[in-house]
Amino acid sequence: MALPPPDPQFVLRGTSAAVHTLHFSCGGQEPDIPTLFSGSENGFIHVWNLKTHRVDTELDGHERKSVYCVETIGSKNRLLSQGRDQRICLWDLAEGRTSVTDSVFTENVGFCRCSLLKVAQGRWLVAMAAKALEEVQVLELPSKTSVCTLKPEVGAKLGMPMCLKLWQLNCGSQPLLLAGYEDGSVVLWNLSMGKVLSQLVCHQEPVMSLDFDSEKAKGISGSSEKVLSIWSLNEQQNLQVYKTHKLVNAGISDITIRPDKKILATAGWDHRIRIFGWKKLKPLAVLNYHTATVHCVSFSDHKNPSERLLAAGSKDHRISIWSIYTQT
Amino acid sequence: TKLSSVMLHAHLLLSVKRGRDLIQLLSSSPSVHPREVIEVLEQFLQEGRISALMWEVCQQQAQAGSPELQEALLNKIVCLPDHVSNKLQGKNPAVFFPQNYFPLLGGAVIQVLQKISDSLRGGLDCSISFVSHVLGKVCVHGRQKEILSVLVPRLTDLTKSDCIWQRICWRLVECVPDRWMEAVVLGFVQRAPGADVLSRLLGNLVVKNKKAQFVVTQKVLLLQYCHTTAVLQNLLGYLSLDSLRRALLIKVLQELLETWGSSSAVKHSPPEQQQYISKAILICLSHLKEPEIESCRQELLTSMMEGVKCHLDSNLPQIRRLGMIVAESISSKINTDGPVLKFQYEEDEEARELKSLLVDGVMTMLCAGSFTFVWIAGERKNIYSPWTNSCLYFFYSDDDLIPYDMSEDKELKIKAPVYIRDCIEVLTGSEDVDKWEATVKTLESLVRKNPAATREVSVELAKILLHLEEKTCIEGFVELRQRAQVAVLTTDPIPVSPSLLSFFHLRHRQKFKQLKSLASLIESRMLHAVSRLHFSLGQGQSQAELASSPNEFNSVVGHFFFPLIQHFDRPLTTFDLLGEDHFVLGRLVHTLAILMYLAVNTVAVTAMGKALLEFVWALRFHTDSYVRQGLLSCISSMLLSVPTERLLQDMTEELLETQSWLGGKMWCTPVFFWVVMQSLCSISLIVIVAVMS
Repeated sequence: MALPPPDPQFVLRGTSAAVHTLHFSCGGQEPDIPTLFSGSENGFIHVWNLKTHRVDTELDGHERKSVYCVETIGSKNRLLSQGRDQRICLWDLAEGRTSVTDSVFTENVGFCRCSLLKVAQGRWLVAMAAKALEEVQVLELPSKTSVCTLKPEVGAKLGMPMCLKLWQLNCGSQPLLLAGYEDGSVVLWNLSMGKVLSQLVCHQEPVMSLDFDSEKAKGISGSSEKVLSIWSLNEQQNLQVYKTHKLVNAGISDITIRPDKKILATAGWDHRIRIFGWKKLKPLAVLNYHTATVHCVSFSDHKNPSERLLAAGSKDHRISIWSIYTQT
Repeated sequence: TKLSSVMLHAHLLLSVKRGRDLIQLLSSSPSVHPREVIEVLEQFLQEGRISALMWEVCQQQAQAGSPELQEALLNKIVCLPDHVSNKLQGKNPAVFFPQNYFPLLGGAVIQVLQKISDSLRGGLDCSISFVSHVLGKVCVHGRQKEILSVLVPRLTDLTKSDCIWQRICWRLVECVPDRWMEAVVLGFVQRAPGADVLSRLLGNLVVKNKKAQFVVTQKVLLLQYCHTTAVLQNLLGYLSLDSLRRALLIKVLQELLETWGSSSAVKHSPPEQQQYISKAILICLSHLKEPEIESCRQELLTSMMEGVKCHLDSNLPQIRRLGMIVAESISSKINTDGPVLKFQYEEDEEARELKSLLVDGVMTMLCAGSFTFVWIAGERKNIYSPWTNSCLYFFYSDDDLIPYDMSEDKELKIKAPVYIRDCIEVLTGSEDVDKWEATVKTLESLVRKNPAATREVSVELAKILLHLEEKTCIEGFVELRQRAQVAVLTTDPIPVSPSLLSFFHLRHRQKFKQLKSLASLIESRMLHAVSRLHFSLGQGQSQAELASSPNEFNSVVGHFFFPLIQHFDRPLTTFDLLGEDHFVLGRLVHTLAILMYLAVNTVAVTAMGKALLEFVWALRFHTDSYVRQGLLSCISSMLLSVPTERLLQDMTEELLETQSWLGGKMWCTPVFFWVVMQSLCSISLIVIVAVMS
């Protein structure tokens, strides 16, 4: 007889708008406070103190347009946020400051979250949907110089890029980009040549979210339909479907694999968060708390495994924090 | 005398090469002082002459030496410390203390075995039985600890990768006499650093030797309970490591389960013993392989059921918990897919320890070996084992992540409102499209189920439905809406119909579509009513047939009819019925005809007929043929619905006017004319109704 699923460890309230994106920053040593960044539909970014469960700072930088991506660049004092005001803002939060130090005008009106990758000390690559419909552009930060623009060939009919993931096998190897498109395909791009290495049709509907495990060369994508697709990358850099998993209800907004590659979490349109084992995609738990679509899920980067957390942000304005499978 | 004793020593020393001489020495002639003998002996021991002695005996045995001498030698060798103490009354040199002597003897045994090993490799025969006897007798005298503390580690090393040494070791234990076998086996089982080592040292002793088998499978497990968990793991692991011995493992498990499941055993044996047996069962289970479980699945199940019952009946919570843990473990082994037995109990140290025994047998063996290695979680990784100098492949599954209960995870059903007023709320205000969809789909049935509640809000609901536009793409939206509208109308026609019909005279252009649908709505309502009226065709059928059933339409027909017919000539901003909007007029006329037809046997029928004829008169020269057809159908239905008496009495003038319009000259009596007209009308009306449906 299995145990009933756990309740959230605590719930963060106070965003007063649907929560679209979450990012943890808990890897620091004492006296660093574990922090959670959240982006909401009303354009605010909240900096949550995970000890007091209250908002420490509120950042308003996107003209009250929905913020759909937040990430830290390097340390918790440098933040990147992306909003529907067609801008990506870089923030300096050290010593209590709340200023936007730089911004990139993406000219893109979509919802595709950008992807960040550290390539060298002080240098990052950021991939984002570009102005033209099917294009993805990659910039280097902080210089904001363009690295490449990835244009699918004429007639490819991929549609808008829906989700992106920059990765590299190890430090020093060439960075690659995995992009999920509106037509349900996942494409692997070579950035240096700006060419497609492999393309795989994973879904019949747009790919809503994807995540990739570079160690095992295996990735997972979710869509607006009922199927999760797991695909792998072989030695010839070709994508192939590994297996699929049918869900009870259709619609996945977000998928994320825990940094220790043991479990993954999906955010569902049916208000539920699902946990699976990453090795064999064994369903482990269905976390039922939210009363509206869950937009995003994120795992924390705690150094101590027993303190690890999972956060989920929903349209019901709440962020639930869970402690699950922390003993492994 | 001093000099002579020294010389005697020297002489003795030189001459004590043979066992015989030693015996003589120790039997001690009174001429020799014990002290001197001891000194000689001490030297003898320190020079490692014991091993030479034993070696000599082994060689002699190979050539069938004298058994009495060997017996005596054995006695002397093993009991030397006692003999010396007896003689010297406690003043013996340290080397003769048991804690020193027996390790020394152990070392000597190893040396002899070394010589035997060399000899075997050289192709020579020799017998090991004397050494086995020495070992056996030492062990049975209670000196296992001392002698095995030297023997076991050395043998562990020597047998690591050398087959000959392994065989020597097996022979060593196999040749131990039965009366001493228990002591030796027990000693080895207790001291071996792991089941793997035990397997190397004992080989298939338990299969070859009945006494060893008894000790291992019965005595240690069922008759004693003083041994530690590590000993159990050594023993059971040892049984699991060879295919010949595995049969014993299964047998052991069966016997353990029998004891575990025996109600008298549960009642009368001490908790410590029950715990011991439970541990043994769990360790056995951990070693079982899938095919073996498969073959005895039924037995395991039966034993489990019996056993768990006895345990749960016990008064002691510890016993109950033992029963639960063992039952759970058995269940988890035999039900690999599907539900397993699960109890609720307090998880303390004991419970955790017990449950840890059920872990994969390979792991426990490695753990019992207590050497450090790195577990690399994830996939198949090689683990280097220092014992075997080889790599063990190990599969680490992610089945260590236990799923939670997911039975609540079902398809999401958006709950439609259960109350009419909630429906109104959703349809008018709600942003939630899923809820809106669900509401539209269930509205008709809700209305029909709750007539009283519907009547309270019927007008409002009808208005909402009239204005309802498709928010999301639902299949059959129009039909759903119409059915809901019909339901509302039928539930509460009197207030609803005038309000609906008042829309006919609205100022808003965009309501045109709804008004068309309104007309069709009323038609459908009529058809609905028609289907409930019995109507038979054919010549000669008079209205008297139809008169038999009461018209349910009676109370409401006027409410439909009159509002429609009024104001038709008034110019409206929406319609110019008498002007361009012919189609609407035509639909109106046809609708009136249907209404008229359905008004048969109602109280208002005559009044309706009169009004209708007036209406027809005003429009009789309309240019549109569709309108004129409608007018004719009006007349037809009027003729069929209004009773003949009323026609002739109350509506004579109108009839005459109509007659003149239709027929031109009267070529027959009015009555005949009207009868013909009636039959013609009934035919045409059938056609009209057929066309309508």
